[in-house]
Amino acid sequence: MVKKDSGITFNLISHQKLEHFSSSDKLKYILSEVKEGRILVLEHGLTPTEQAQLIEHTMKEINHDTFIGIEIGGYENEKVGFFQRVFGVAKKPRMTVIGPAHLLRMVHKDNDMIETTIIPGKGVN
Amino acid sequence: MGLLERFRESRFSKMMFKIFGKNHAKIGIYGPPNVGKTTLANRILRDWTGDIMGSVSEVPHETRRAKWKNNIRIDNGGSSLTMDLVDTPGIATKIDFKEFMNMYGMSKDDSRARAKEATEGVIEAIRWLEDIDGVVLVMDATQDPFTQVNVTIIGNLEARNLPILIAANKIDAENASPATLKSAFPQHPVIPISALTGYNTENLYSMMVKEFGKKRHKQRR
Repeated sequence: MVKKDSGITFNLISHQKLEHFSSSDKLKYILSEVKEGRILVLEHGLTPTEQAQLIEHTMKEINHDTFIGIEIGGYENEKVGFFQRVFGVAKKPRMTVIGPAHLLRMVHKDNDMIETTIIPGKGVN
Repeated sequence: MGLLERFRESRFSKMMFKIFGKNHAKIGIYGPPNVGKTTLANRILRDWTGDIMGSVSEVPHETRRAKWKNNIRIDNGGSSLTMDLVDTPGIATKIDFKEFMNMYGMSKDDSRARAKEATEGVIEAIRWLEDIDGVVLVMDATQDPFTQVNVTIIGNLEARNLPILIAANKIDAENASPATLKSAFPQHPVIPISALTGYNTENLYSMMVKEFGKKRHKQRR
């Protein structure tokens, strides 16, 4: 990992920015940003299928000298009520933080809080 | 073809399965690395077939290719389940070869090779999710259960209406807290076990027959 002195970039991504992307484009966007060393906080996270695909894509992109993978943490998807299920309303993904694993470390996560640590001195941009 | 096989293949048998549910299921053992998936697979096989699935190690990502055994029959009183059991590589979101060097004293070349194979194993484990009827999700009862890997596996199976049993493993360890796992995932059965000693595995088998034998409508993604 290349050490840079210019700090760490956090991007807080609104759900409007991602809602027009296909799943595939959304994952490409996220992974390219994370590989650039940015930490993303998604207002609306990923569906379980997208999460699994993101892990799969991440594994394909791992380069042992430059990219060791991602750290990701999000709240459980919002539950939907009986009538919403009847009308095919899916569970809504909730806020999720995603960053490069060499830079972001998940310390603790539960139903109400996600605690992360930034590993200093490794930012880009 | 024997009489039993002929019955299994018969239209009558298929019709009975449709009405009463499955008694032959493909079950995946899933979880993050080093939670005891292969130890549990070995325990199940030893108890019901006398065989083993694979080697275990304290070094993460020991299982880097999925392994499976077919037609394992588990009996529980008057009911039974015949399953194809798949032991999957541990799913992780990151793999750093330096951890193998620094924490387990492996050489650089071995560490890099292990890490490369581990990435392929994760992909294989995720792809197997498409092809299974139920999952025993193994969690380490001494660790924080709210990992994204656990959440992702559960979310994928829930979306497809597939049954999940959570095996709260390593219950023999001093700091194990199966209650934490139960409160973290109240919507699924959590069975505290020790795959190493065999503690409470009879309860797990009983739940496997009950949960994986149920009639469900698998949803395609």
